[in-house]
Amino acid sequence: MKRTPFFSIHQNLGAKIVPFGGYEMPVQYAGIMEEHKSVRNNVGVFDVSHMGEFFAKGPNALSFLQKITVNDVSKLVPGKAQYSAMCYENGGIVDDLLIYMLAEHSYMIVVNAANIDKDWEWMKSHCPSDVGFENKSDVTALLAIQGPKSLNTMQKLTKADLSSIQYYNFVQSTLAGVDMIISRTGYTGELGFEIYFDVMHGEKIWTAIFDAGKEFNIAPIGLGARDTLRLEMGYCLYGNDIDQTTHPLEAGLGWITKLNKGDFIGKPVLEKAKAEGLKRKLVGMMLSDKAVPRHGYQIVVNGAHGGTITSGTFSPSLEKGIAMGYVNSTHSEVGSKLQVDVRGKLLDAAVVPLPFLKKN
Amino acid sequence: MTFPEHLKYTKDHEWIRIDGGIGVIGITDYAQGELGDVVFVELPAVGKKVEFGQSFGTVEAVKAVSDLYSPVTGEVTDINKEIQDSPELVNKEPYERGWMIKVKLANAGEVKNLLDVEAYKKLIAK
Repeated sequence: MKRTPFFSIHQNLGAKIVPFGGYEMPVQYAGIMEEHKSVRNNVGVFDVSHMGEFFAKGPNALSFLQKITVNDVSKLVPGKAQYSAMCYENGGIVDDLLIYMLAEHSYMIVVNAANIDKDWEWMKSHCPSDVGFENKSDVTALLAIQGPKSLNTMQKLTKADLSSIQYYNFVQSTLAGVDMIISRTGYTGELGFEIYFDVMHGEKIWTAIFDAGKEFNIAPIGLGARDTLRLEMGYCLYGNDIDQTTHPLEAGLGWITKLNKGDFIGKPVLEKAKAEGLKRKLVGMMLSDKAVPRHGYQIVVNGAHGGTITSGTFSPSLEKGIAMGYVNSTHSEVGSKLQVDVRGKLLDAAVVPLPFLKKN
Repeated sequence: MTFPEHLKYTKDHEWIRIDGGIGVIGITDYAQGELGDVVFVELPAVGKKVEFGQSFGTVEAVKAVSDLYSPVTGEVTDINKEIQDSPELVNKEPYERGWMIKVKLANAGEVKNLLDVEAYKKLIAK
């Protein structure tokens, strides 16, 4: 089991530690509800150093990434990031990821922790020999600083004008004396940043951020609240909502799947699926009763099996049970009535629009 | 974590306080800590029979759900309505305002099957 450079900090903070994606990670500190609200109302810090970082360089890096991912990498310019996914030939999803264009012919690819080895093997097997391809996952620290007070916190530590960085843009700058990538991205739906830097500066950066955020009641946030925050926004989690058995179109990721960009792995299958019409779709559901839908619970449509909950939780912001799952397209319209089998009880639910939580 | 000495415990992490033939039942400090933030507690109706070792309800936390097992056999005489509106009391005051049900004992002898505080502490130390 691997550890991030912040492991002893988590221990000293009294975090509950669990195995996740091959790492020992903090699942909660003060409690999921309190941490969730810290991010929605103030600012919270997530150690997401378990994520993987690959670097692709060279004149053919663009064509390599175009072939292996579904979004249009040619739309990137230095300083812009893009949400994307990789598919197998059959359209199933290898992983969802972020691509950062660092400079001309130079990209960073950020992948899920549990998929680092699998993604590396997959990408390597498709990587032309003249593309420099490197895995720097073990030497790259990644913190996410999220919440309405994240900008005020981070701005104290850098000369870069953070307020001018648009969503899905980044700068390569210095923060608290350390060179890093400061990216206006996140997995919470809040104003926030993700910062990538050398693991050797882990403790220094953590301390600087917590000192700067003290006046805003900055708090450490575990994987538990990371999950409730992302689910309120309807963001997919690999391994739950998407995996090798689902394709991007049925997962609601049509907006990142650019079928008109030229060839990429999985494209013929996705084109065919689109032409034939999607058989099933990932939808958001809300329960009318007081209950918590969870991963693996059965969805019932007209008294028969209608799908399985892929992610479910109690929403701390809405104080209701929310879930996502695949249902037949005929029952995927907003307002469609369904039931969820919650430990033997059939409870009424309805398809609701995503995100669950509407932000201004 | 605290474990009051005057309570009896189950291996499923419930506690019971017996007072004049009535048992007050809840979950232990250890159980609430393992579950995390409690969001709903589903309890039986007053008048319902509960049985030793059988499920009488469920606790739903954000991350996990757990059955509640009765430490005794008997009839439910009262349920804690306060935790329906304020389930966080189960986390904050597991032995006081976070209690769950009161049961009129059908067989006082059953209590001998339960763990005392030392045995319970040993169980969770494993």
